[in-house]
Amino acid sequence: MSAVLDILASAGLWAAVLRIATPLILGTLGALLCERSGVLNLGIEGIMTFGAMIGWLSVYNGADLWTGFLIAALAGGLFGALHALLTVTLGLSQHVSGLGVTLFASSFSYYVFRLAVPVAGSPPTIVPFKPIAIPGLSDLPFIGPAFFVQTPPTYLAILLALLLAYVVFRTPLGLAIRMTGENPHAAEAQGINPMAVRYGAVIAGSALMGMAGAFLTLSAFNSFFPTMVQGRGWICIALVVFSSWRPGRALVGALLFAFFDGFQLRLQTTLGGAVPYQLFLMIPYILSIAALAVMARRARVPQALMQPYRRGER
Amino acid sequence: MRFERREHRPLALVLLTPVMAIVAALALSGILIAIAGAPVLEAYWRILTGAFGSRLSTTETLTRATPLMLTGLAAAVAFRARLWNIGAEGQLYLGAIAVAAASSHLLGGLPAAIQIPALLAIGALAGMLLLLVPLWLRLRFSVDEVVTTLLLNFVAVLFVSMLIDTVLKDPTAFGWPQSQSVADAAMLPKLLARSRLHIGLGLAVVLAFILQFVQQRTVFGLRSRAAGLNPAGAVFAGVPLGRTLVVVACISGGLAGLAGAVEVMGVKGYVTTDLSPGYGYSGIVVAMLANLNPLGVVLAALFTATMFVGADGMSRAMHIPSYIADVTVALSLLTMLTAIFFTQYRIRR
Repeated sequence: MSAVLDILASAGLWAAVLRIATPLILGTLGALLCERSGVLNLGIEGIMTFGAMIGWLSVYNGADLWTGFLIAALAGGLFGALHALLTVTLGLSQHVSGLGVTLFASSFSYYVFRLAVPVAGSPPTIVPFKPIAIPGLSDLPFIGPAFFVQTPPTYLAILLALLLAYVVFRTPLGLAIRMTGENPHAAEAQGINPMAVRYGAVIAGSALMGMAGAFLTLSAFNSFFPTMVQGRGWICIALVVFSSWRPGRALVGALLFAFFDGFQLRLQTTLGGAVPYQLFLMIPYILSIAALAVMARRARVPQALMQPYRRGER
Repeated sequence: MRFERREHRPLALVLLTPVMAIVAALALSGILIAIAGAPVLEAYWRILTGAFGSRLSTTETLTRATPLMLTGLAAAVAFRARLWNIGAEGQLYLGAIAVAAASSHLLGGLPAAIQIPALLAIGALAGMLLLLVPLWLRLRFSVDEVVTTLLLNFVAVLFVSMLIDTVLKDPTAFGWPQSQSVADAAMLPKLLARSRLHIGLGLAVVLAFILQFVQQRTVFGLRSRAAGLNPAGAVFAGVPLGRTLVVVACISGGLAGLAGAVEVMGVKGYVTTDLSPGYGYSGIVVAMLANLNPLGVVLAALFTATMFVGADGMSRAMHIPSYIADVTVALSLLTMLTAIFFTQYRIRR
């Protein structure tokens, strides 16, 4: 018991929570934006992989960190355009298209990575983002080192969550996105072009997914290796349901989730040996499934989610 | 420009769809090969000869195609009923470890004629059970099974990793995490001497024919198709939706579990966490290339296995990353989806 309290009382845990949460926040916001407009984007896992790879590769080849981050976002947007072409223009099954995008984006990442970086004993590294202490706030006891000494993308992710919450609920653009996700026919009657809204939302959402991936290689780690995304994309899809499609709750959900993940990582070192480590690693996935089971009925799904929109067709 | 639904679909067009899709996918990945600085046609020629150039490579391709047929059938059966089973990878691993555990601890002493069928059933059962969890969550709590089956893949592989690290660990494997081997009597008979090709291939092909019959000619086949086309309409017409989906899940999960069992009993003899190079995920592509037709799955699995086996040799000779096979297979899923669309719609100005 005292071991648990020790873990909870360490600033290291809380600093790690924000670090673990960042890719989840960005990915969940991206998936949420797509789904608010009515498009499920299961390309997320692959888009995160590609963002991680291309962001890292750009920096490895001399770009600065923010340029790498931006390139990852642009690449994510391109895959989003591909997903939108398949699901919005052609109206294909969003499940299968998304899985196709994931399979393509991840295998394409590995191909490009292998082509650009020859096999080496240890993977080549870059110099990642450094934590920045926010003046004033970081001097607070306990709270300072726990929450206000993070790398810049973490602050950016939190700002983006607040921004997205504002855009979705407080602006005409957000209204158009929500309307398209609820009833594209009604949206069109209001002079909104549902196709354009869906394209925009899927491209922007996928750009956020690309940034989520780039955080892994440019801030959390300093190298790229295959399968590094480890199902984080699927966890984000679960977090969208958990958040009931609200950006603010997505932020809270990602933090809550990251708390459990950071906690189990530290518990692993405390209890190491007595319990197989694989049991701890299962926790995030099982937690996501449990969250889905609890929230699926309660959450209000966008009514036109996964329904293709064809002009003049019911 | 707009799309207009076709009044009828010419049979020739439907049969040509996968061919066109594969040609398009090969053309697209040809661009990637060209960017890597290799002659494209030579690369494809080497893939073809690498997969079928000798007796060894041909049997290797057929051996590779066997689990792909089973996971492809698993996806095809489920997708037909709109049960999105993306968890074949996890079901495969659970089937594999169940077989290894049962043979090394329980049934190892039995003669092959009893042990092999018993183990195949145990492997299928393990896969089934893993798919029934997400199905139950869907029926009870309306949880979308796509995400839960995907997440369970990670749980299943971690579970297998835990077992082969602890209770099922082979003490003679020099510390490698590897399961104890199945008994000699559990190994599937070979189809050809001096090769790895085993009777699992025959089993997969026979199952494809059986499923083709079941889907086309039985009440259950009709019900499962109806459940996929229009669940509300199916219920209205008296289809017991829940029960139909449970049977579909048992078949689909069972096939994926069987894939794992067959891979252990036919090829490896033991389980490691790299038993499957993504057979579960490739099975989705196989099923879509076959347009969810069980007999088509056999051919689509052959194509996929050809790419994987052929690309290994080609990449060594021409210094192209062997991931090009995964890229081509993934692209063929996207091109196939697009091609199916154009068999259903035509472009009008």
